Amino acid sequence: MGTNQSGDRVVRVASGQGFWGDWLEAPRRQVEGGQVDYLMLDYLAEVTMSILQKQKERDPNMGYARDFIGAIESVLPAVVNKGVRVIANAGGVNPPACAAAVRALAKKHGAGDALRIGVVTGDDLLPRIDELLASGHPLKNMETGEALSTIRDRVLSANAYIGSVPIVEALAKGANIVITGRSTDTALTMAPLRFEFGWKGDDWDRLAAGIIAGHIIECGAQCSGGNCLIDWQTIPDLANVGYPIVEASADGTFYIVKHPGTGGRITVPSVTEQLVYEMGDPHSYITPDVIADFTSIHLEQAGENRVRVFGIKGRPATDMLKVSIAYRAGYKAVGTLVYSWPDALPKAQLADRVLRERLVNLGLKFDHILTEFVGASATHGPLAGDPGDPPEVQLRVGVRGEDKAMVERFTRELIPMVLNGPPSVTGFAAGRPKVEEIVAYWPALVDKRVVQTKVEVLS
Amino acid sequence: MKIRLLDIAHARSGDKGDTANVGVIALKPEWYPILAKYLTTERVEAHFKPVITGHVDRYELPNLRALNFLLHGALDGGGTLSLKTDAQGKVFSTAMLRLVLDVPDNEVPKA
Repeated sequence: MGTNQSGDRVVRVASGQGFWGDWLEAPRRQVEGGQVDYLMLDYLAEVTMSILQKQKERDPNMGYARDFIGAIESVLPAVVNKGVRVIANAGGVNPPACAAAVRALAKKHGAGDALRIGVVTGDDLLPRIDELLASGHPLKNMETGEALSTIRDRVLSANAYIGSVPIVEALAKGANIVITGRSTDTALTMAPLRFEFGWKGDDWDRLAAGIIAGHIIECGAQCSGGNCLIDWQTIPDLANVGYPIVEASADGTFYIVKHPGTGGRITVPSVTEQLVYEMGDPHSYITPDVIADFTSIHLEQAGENRVRVFGIKGRPATDMLKVSIAYRAGYKAVGTLVYSWPDALPKAQLADRVLRERLVNLGLKFDHILTEFVGASATHGPLAGDPGDPPEVQLRVGVRGEDKAMVERFTRELIPMVLNGPPSVTGFAAGRPKVEEIVAYWPALVDKRVVQTKVEVLS
Repeated sequence: MKIRLLDIAHARSGDKGDTANVGVIALKPEWYPILAKYLTTERVEAHFKPVITGHVDRYELPNLRALNFLLHGALDGGGTLSLKTDAQGKVFSTAMLRLVLDVPDNEVPKA
């Protein structure tokens, strides 16, 4: 542990992945670029669990974020020699298999003795759905109010979002790698602060501070210059962007910083952009541990690439946990063609009409067809106004339906348009569109008391 | 005078199911009162009406000099169901910044 300029003890938690697919270089750069105590890796998005569940069905040793194994390999020297501890929700639907893969890797590098792997389980509710439904837990869709029975036979995965408690337990048992399943993204950052500073379970303001620290760094570089709109033209050296680090004190005050010599930018506006990202009601950011109040956050530029965050208020958590349920929801395919100047947009519009007429003539029925004109109106719709006569417009047509054969047939109708539709068309090199099975997301709530987490430390 | 939001604010947006959230942040502290007073729920609902099917919720964060808007029914079903290019609502932020406010001259902060 280090100290800050005033001599207070500080804990430094570094963000190394904001999602599964994030920059492979980031974890190593975070542990090598300067002093950090913890490396936090967030791998799980809403639909990730269902992808992992499908992988586990095919192979019982799969079902976790495999990028994590490479990440551990890249930071192993820091874990072994510098005592950096790693916390990740890389376990997906199979934390024990993830732990076994990490162990095998450590053994290969002769570091088997140096690792104590904490494994958190108990979030997986898939085997318990019928028991829960029967005992009065309806798992209704939080957004629509629909009963789970409407999709029960199509459910692929069901996981409760769990909080900081089991991670703190794993750290207390000496784990230097903690692997969880569906932990909340924010708990991965809050848990080590709670552990190091001994914050109590009803110390709402400090727990809320830890959660907000987690929210700021959970999307990796998105608070340190990545995807930053304000003054984007002048953000230095994005090629070498520094991922964020929380430098926290026992009172819950923390700084957002990055390693010296890295690119990007940490300012009050760059942190504010991340704070409002995916925000709901700012008065009530609900987590399993605490409800954090975003209207209490104070930010202050405390130096170059250094923002102080303080004044945060929290209040008691609810009795419920959010549950992420994934289910099969039919098929979709999206295809594109590019039309060129002159009159690129009218050509693309005619192509769309011709295509749709052919779909009708073939008797194909879909739940939904969406046409967009990329370069004219795809992302802003009519708000974009008149696009003029742009050099090219991409026609982008998507269909969705329960009948896979009909979606397949759609994919055969787009490409012939190159020879039998409107002129000046190109951009079909990728061939016909791919049919994808849709795995959709069903958010629900469940009584906290029915979810029992378990922590095991393997050494 | 007419003030384009792009000239006084920056923004970031994201998703939750079929709802897009757009956080609008004043570029300078003195612009926040203008946002708070004139960037109303009704104004934002009217702006996004052609592209969303639901209503708009609005929250104030004076501490961050920001407003947060929830645009319901914005994402063609949302998540993996959506067929949109912007299924996750990532650029509703810049669509918001197209909005033009009508602000009395005497309330416009001096540059």
